[in-house]
Amino acid sequence: MLGFSPDEWTAIFLSLRVATVATIVAVPFAVFAAYALARWTFPGKIVLDSLLHLPLVMPPVVTGYLLLLTFGKQGAVGKFLYDLFGLSFSFRWTGAALACGVMGFPLMLRAIRLSFDSIDRRLETAAGTLGANRTWTFFLVTLPLALPGIIVGAILCFAKALGEFGATITFVSNIPGETQTIPSAIYTYTQVPGGEAQALRLTLVSIAIAMAALLASEMLNRRVQKQIAVFE
Amino acid sequence: MTDVLPVLSVNVRQQRKDFLLDVAFEGGSGITALVGPSGSGKTTILNIIAGTLRPDSGCVAVFGRVLTDVEKRIFVPCHRRRVGFVFQDAQLFPHLTVEQNIKFGRWFTSTDSRGPPLDVVTRELGIGGLLKRRPATLSGGEKQRVALARALLSSPRILLMDEPLSGVDDARRNEIMGLIERVRDEFGIPIVYVTHSRSEVQRLATRVVRLEAGRVVSVGSAADLPDVGVALGNNGFAST
Repeated sequence: MLGFSPDEWTAIFLSLRVATVATIVAVPFAVFAAYALARWTFPGKIVLDSLLHLPLVMPPVVTGYLLLLTFGKQGAVGKFLYDLFGLSFSFRWTGAALACGVMGFPLMLRAIRLSFDSIDRRLETAAGTLGANRTWTFFLVTLPLALPGIIVGAILCFAKALGEFGATITFVSNIPGETQTIPSAIYTYTQVPGGEAQALRLTLVSIAIAMAALLASEMLNRRVQKQIAVFE
Repeated sequence: MTDVLPVLSVNVRQQRKDFLLDVAFEGGSGITALVGPSGSGKTTILNIIAGTLRPDSGCVAVFGRVLTDVEKRIFVPCHRRRVGFVFQDAQLFPHLTVEQNIKFGRWFTSTDSRGPPLDVVTRELGIGGLLKRRPATLSGGEKQRVALARALLSSPRILLMDEPLSGVDDARRNEIMGLIERVRDEFGIPIVYVTHSRSEVQRLATRVVRLEAGRVVSVGSAADLPDVGVALGNNGFAST
C-alpha cells in the first residue's frame, strides 16, 4: 500500500500512537500546572516554573538519560510503578510516549498558560457573584474560555512528540515494532546502504502529518474562537 | 419590620499602599447611591460588600446577616452571599448565549429561594428577542439589560451596580434608568448604585452617600441633592 514496507507502516502507526497517548496524558497535567502558575501564589513558584520548562532548553539526550534513571526498572519511580501496577517504561512504547510527553509538555504548558493569563479575571468574579464556587467557575467559565489555548497547546505537543528523537532513543532505544518511531526509523535508514528512499518516504510522511496537525489546530482554533468570540 | 435591621450596614477599613478606606454607612430600601470622585473608594466598597475583597477590619451585614466580620473571623464567600453585581462593562460570559448568561445564576439557586420568574424578567427588561444571541453581537445598552437580568435571576437579596450606564449612549440611558426604577419598585430589591452622573442620582437615588478620599463626607436623601450637587462642585459629578 502506497509503496510503504511493513516496517515503515509499523513506524508510522507507532509514532501516531505514541504521540496521541503522550498528548492525551499530558493535557490534564498541563492544564493543572498552567492554572496553578497563572492563578496561584505559592513558595517556589519560580523554581517549579523553571523545572517544568527545563526539557525545552536541556539537550534531549539529557532528558532521556534522566528519564532512564528515574523511570527505568531500577529507577526510583520506575521500580515503584512496576511493583505496584506492573507498569514498565524501559524499552517499551509506553516509555517512548513518556519521553515524548515530557518533551512536548513545556510547549503545551506555555500555550495554555498564556490562554489562562488572557482571560479577564472579572468574568470569574462575575461567576462568583452569581453563585458559582471556584470549581464551577473553573469548569463553566475559565476552562471553556481557555479552550483555544488548550487546543493549540495539545497540537504543539503532538507535533513535538511526532518529531521527538533524542530523549526517546536514549530512554527506550530504537527497537523496531516497539520503540522505533518515524524519526528513529529515518535515522536507522540513513545508516544503512540503500535506505535513502525509505528515509525520504518517511520524511515526507512526517512533514504531511505535522502539516495536517497544524492545519487541524488552526481550523479548530478558528471554530472555537468564532463560537467563543473572545474579542468582543 | 425592615426599619429594625438596616438593609445594608457597612463599617470597614482597608489600607492599600497610600489609600486608606475607612467608611461607615447604612443603606435602606430603594436605591442608595455612592458618589464621589474617581479613587474615592466607591468600587472598593462594592467589592467588599460582594465579598470579592476582604477588608482589614470591620463588618458588612445585609438584612442583619453578617457577611463579613473581620474581628469575629466571619467571611461568607462571594458565591454564598446572594449579592447581585452589575458591572460597569456588563462582564457577560462571551462563550454563552444571552439565555445561558441569564440562566447562569439559576444553576446555583435552590428552587425554593428563586426570585422572579425568567419570563417576567425577560419581559420587563425587554430582552426576549435577544435570547439566542451572543454577547459580542449586543450593543452597550443591550449588554447592560442582559447583565441586569442575569443578576436579578440569581435571586439576590441586594443588588450592587457599578456605573452601569457609563458605556451606554444617551438615547438608551433614560430607557435603562426606567428599567432600574422598575426593578426597584416591582421586584423590591434594594440597590447600591455607584455613579458619577448627577442626573442618575437625581432620578434614581433615595439616599446619597458622598465619599471623598476613602471617607464618607455626607449622607443625605435624594431631596437634598441639589444642595449637595452645588456643594460638590466638580467633586465627582459629570454633567449628564
